[in-house]
Amino acid sequence: MFSDYSLAELGSIFVMQGFAGLILFSVFVLMALGLAIIFGQMGVINMAHGEFMILGAYVTYFTSQFFLNYLPSLFGGYFFVAMGLAFLASGALGMFIEWAMIRHLYKRPLDTLLATWGLSLILQQLYRSFFGPREVGVELPEWMMGSIALTDSVEVQINGLFVMGLTTVITIVVALLMYRSRWGKQVRAVVQNRIMAGAVGINTEKVDRYTFALGCGIAGVAGSAFTMIGSTGPTSGQLYIVDTFLVVVFGGAASLLGTIASAFTISQAQSTMEFFLSGSMAKVLTLLGVVGILMLRPQGLFTLKVRR
Amino acid sequence: MNAAPVNGVISDQMAPDFLLAVEGLTVSFDGFKAVNDLSFYVDEHEIRVIVGPNGAGKTTVLDLICGKTKATSGSIKFRNQELTRMSESSIVKAGVGRKFQNPSIYDDLTVFENLEISYPKGRSVFGALTFRRDAAVKERVQEVAEMIFLENKLFERAEFLSHGQKQWLEIGMLLIQDPDLLMLDEPVAGMSVSERVKTAELLNKIIANRSIIVIEHDMKFVEDIAHKVTVLHQGKVLSEGTMDRVKNDPKVVEVYLGH
Amino acid sequence: MKSTAFLSRSEWIGVAIVAALILVVLPLSVDGFRLNLVGKYLTYAFVALGLVMCWGYGGILSLGQGIFFGLGGYCMAMFLKLEASSVENTKIQSTPGIPDFMDWNQITALPWFWEPFRSLPMTIILVIAVPVFFAFIIGFAMFTRRVGGTYFAIITQAIAAILTILIVGQQGYTGGINGITDLRTLNGWDIRTDDAKYILYFVNAGLLLGCVLIAYFVKHSKLGRILVAMREKEDRVRFSGYSVAGFKIFVFCLAAGFSAIGGAMFALQVGFMSPSFVGIVPSIEMVIYTAVGGRLSILGAIYGTLLVNWAKTSFSESFPELWLLGLGGLFIAVVLAFPNGLAGLYQSYVEPRLGKLTGKKSDETNGALPQGSPAE
Repeated sequence: MFSDYSLAELGSIFVMQGFAGLILFSVFVLMALGLAIIFGQMGVINMAHGEFMILGAYVTYFTSQFFLNYLPSLFGGYFFVAMGLAFLASGALGMFIEWAMIRHLYKRPLDTLLATWGLSLILQQLYRSFFGPREVGVELPEWMMGSIALTDSVEVQINGLFVMGLTTVITIVVALLMYRSRWGKQVRAVVQNRIMAGAVGINTEKVDRYTFALGCGIAGVAGSAFTMIGSTGPTSGQLYIVDTFLVVVFGGAASLLGTIASAFTISQAQSTMEFFLSGSMAKVLTLLGVVGILMLRPQGLFTLKVRR
Repeated sequence: MNAAPVNGVISDQMAPDFLLAVEGLTVSFDGFKAVNDLSFYVDEHEIRVIVGPNGAGKTTVLDLICGKTKATSGSIKFRNQELTRMSESSIVKAGVGRKFQNPSIYDDLTVFENLEISYPKGRSVFGALTFRRDAAVKERVQEVAEMIFLENKLFERAEFLSHGQKQWLEIGMLLIQDPDLLMLDEPVAGMSVSERVKTAELLNKIIANRSIIVIEHDMKFVEDIAHKVTVLHQGKVLSEGTMDRVKNDPKVVEVYLGH
Repeated sequence: MKSTAFLSRSEWIGVAIVAALILVVLPLSVDGFRLNLVGKYLTYAFVALGLVMCWGYGGILSLGQGIFFGLGGYCMAMFLKLEASSVENTKIQSTPGIPDFMDWNQITALPWFWEPFRSLPMTIILVIAVPVFFAFIIGFAMFTRRVGGTYFAIITQAIAAILTILIVGQQGYTGGINGITDLRTLNGWDIRTDDAKYILYFVNAGLLLGCVLIAYFVKHSKLGRILVAMREKEDRVRFSGYSVAGFKIFVFCLAAGFSAIGGAMFALQVGFMSPSFVGIVPSIEMVIYTAVGGRLSILGAIYGTLLVNWAKTSFSESFPELWLLGLGGLFIAVVLAFPNGLAGLYQSYVEPRLGKLTGKKSDETNGALPQGSPAE
C-alpha cells in the first residue's frame, strides 16, 4: 500500500496524519483526564462522562452566541470566558450528581455503571428537548482560523494547535493539583485508605464530592475545547465514551502519566491507520489491538507490581 | 481423599522426613523482600505456630504455601511435591487447606451449604452440575458440624452466626476437605475466652490425622496448642523450637521488648 | 432440604404461571400483530435470562450480550438470506445466487464463511456454537487472568462496539448498517405468513421455557451454589480446590448460548437482523430488563423484559421524548431503590401476605437473596 506514494509524500502524510492524530490525542486526553480522576481515584465508572463534556460544549456555544449578539467587540476572547463557565457548569452538575446518586453506590461499582448510564440517557434527552436535536457549531474567533504552512505540502490548522496547547496547560494544572497540592494529597490518601484518612481528620465525603466535581468540570472544559474542532449534538458525547474508557484502562487506571501515554498510542495508531484503511477498519484494528493487549496485561500498560 | 503425591516420586533414599519443607523461600514486591531466604520444616502430626511482630511476613508465608502469591525464588515441598509452580486448586487437591485471617465464609448460604461446597467431590464444572447431595455427603457434613459445635445451626444462613462461630465454620470447611496440612491465620482473633478454650480443644482433636500451621498473637493460646514455635522477623526465622526455648531466646526478647 | 430438588413447589407454580401467560393468556388476548411483538420481546428475555445466571448469580456483568444475540441472529439470518437468494430469485443481479447486498457491493462470489449456512442442520449447530465459542475465547482470556468486575464490563462493551463497527463497515459481507433483510423462507416454509408467525411464536415460547428449566437446573445444582459463593468470596472458593475461572467461563458461555437462541428466534420472527441489535446500546438495555425483573430471579427476567418493552412500545407511540427520560430514570431507580427488582418487591410485600393466606412458610431458597448483591 505504500508503493503508490513517493517518499516525500509519505513523509508529509505521516506528519499530517500525525497532526490529525494529535488533535484526536488532545480530545482523548481531555476526556480521559476527568475519567481517570473519577475512575482511577474513586473507582467509579461514569458512563455519563460524555454528557458532562457535551454540557461544556453547549455552554461554550451559548457563550459564543451571547458575545456575538451583545459583545461583538470582545468576541475574540469569548472562548476563555466560555471555558470557565463550562468548568463551573459541568462541575456543579457533577457535584449534584455525586450527592444525589453516586455517594450511595461507592460499594457497588457495577451498579454505578448502570445508574450513570441511565443518567446519560436522561441528559441526552434533556439536551434534545432544550437545545434541539440538530448539531450546533460555534463560530471561531478570527485569530483561530486559518492554518500555518510548515512546508509546501504540510500545513497545520491554528485551532488544532490551540486545542493542543490548551490540553497541555490543563494537563499540567491537573497534575500539579493532584501531586503537589494539599488537596491532591487528601484525595490520594482517601483512595489508599478511606478509614484511616477519615480517622486523621480528612472529610472523606467532601473529598469524594469535590473529586467527582473536578473530574466532571474537566470534562466540561474538554467539551469547550471540542467545539473548536467539531460540532455539538445531544449524542456527541456517546461517540467517545468507549474509546475514552479504553484509554484510561489501557494506561493503568491510577496513573496520570499512563493515561496520557495510552491516549497518545491509541490516537496515533488510529489516525495513521486511517489514511491507509477505511476509517472503520482503522478503528476496529486499533480497538482490537487495545483489547488484545488488555487481555494479556489486564492491569494496563503503566502500572507497578504490587501485593494484592 | 488423602492424595498421594502423583508425580513426586518417593524413592527410598529421599523418603520425606517432613510433611512440608520450605527452603530458601524469597518473595519481593517491587524490591521489598517480604520473605527473605526463609527455611523451615514441618513434621507429620505437628502443630506449628508462627509468631512474630506485624509485618514479619507471617501471612505472606501462608500465601506462598497455598499459591496465592508466587515465590520469587526458593522451594516449597509438600510430601516431596513442589508447590511453587502449582495452581491454587491443585495445591488444595494435593492436601493443603488454608483459613484466612478474616472469617471467609459465604454469608448468603446456609451453614450446611457452606460445608457442602467444601466437600471434596464435584469440583469440576461438570462434576458440580451432576453432584448429588447423597447420604454420604449429609453424614459427613453432620459429622463436621458436630466437631465445630454448629450441629444446631446447619440450616441457618451463615450471615447470622457470631464472629467466633464464623471462624469455626471456616475451620469446618477446611476439615471437610480432610487436608494433610491445615493452615490457620489467627483462628481465635475476636473470640471470647470460652470460645478460645473450645477452639484449642478442637485443634487438639483434629490433629490426629494431620499437621497444622497456625499464625497467632495470643500467647496463652499458643502455649496451649504449640508443639513447636517459629518466630519470624523481617521475613526471616529469628528463632525456632519449643515454646519455652523460644520464650527465653535473647533475640526474641529483644525483638518483642527491646525497642 | 427442598433446595436440592430440581424445582421447589413454589417454583413449579411460578413456572406454570409464566407458561400459562405466554402460551395461553397472551395468544388468546392480543391480535396477531401484537403477538408477533410479544414474540420479539420474548427473544430478548433469553438474553435477560442469561444475565440472571451470569450477572445475578455469577456476579459477572457483561455489557456485551448483544454480541451473542447478534451472532446467533446473524447465523440464522445468513441461512435465511441464502435461501432467499436462490439463482431464480436473483436473476436480475450481475452475479445471481448471492445475497443482493453483495451484488450491490461488487462482490462476485459467496465469501467462504457464508458457505456453511447453506445447510439448515449446520446452521442450527452454528447458531449456538459460534457465540458460545466466542464467549469461551473472551471468558478464557479474561477469567484465567482474573479480570473481573468493572474491567470485564468495559472490555465486553468495547468488544460489542468493535463488532458493530465491523459489521457496519464490511457492508459487502454483512449487509452493513441495514443488516440482512428480506428473509423469506425456512426450508421452503414461508415465515412471513400469519400462520408461520403464530407457529414461530409458540416455538419461541417453548424454547424460552426450556431455557428457564435449564437455568433452574443450574441454579439448584452445586454449581449454582458455587456461583453464589464465588460472587461473595472468590478466594475462599479458589482455596477450596475449585478452578474459579472454569466456573465463570461456564456461566458466561451459558448466558451466551441463551442469548444466541434468542437472536436466532428474533431473525426468524422479525424477518431481519441488523447491527442495531449488537452494539453497546441494546446490550446495556438488556441489562435493565434483568435488573427490573430482579437480577436474581429467573422468572423475573421474563416479566422484566415484557414490562420494559411494553412500556417502551406504549411510550414511544405516544410520547417518544418521554421514553428516554423514563428509561434513564428506570436505570437509576432500579439501582438506587430496588436493587432486587420486581422479584425483590414481590418477596418483601406480596409473598408474606400470600404466606399468611395459605398458612404456609415461604420457600427457604428465597432466603438466599442478598440485598443489593455487591459484585466487586
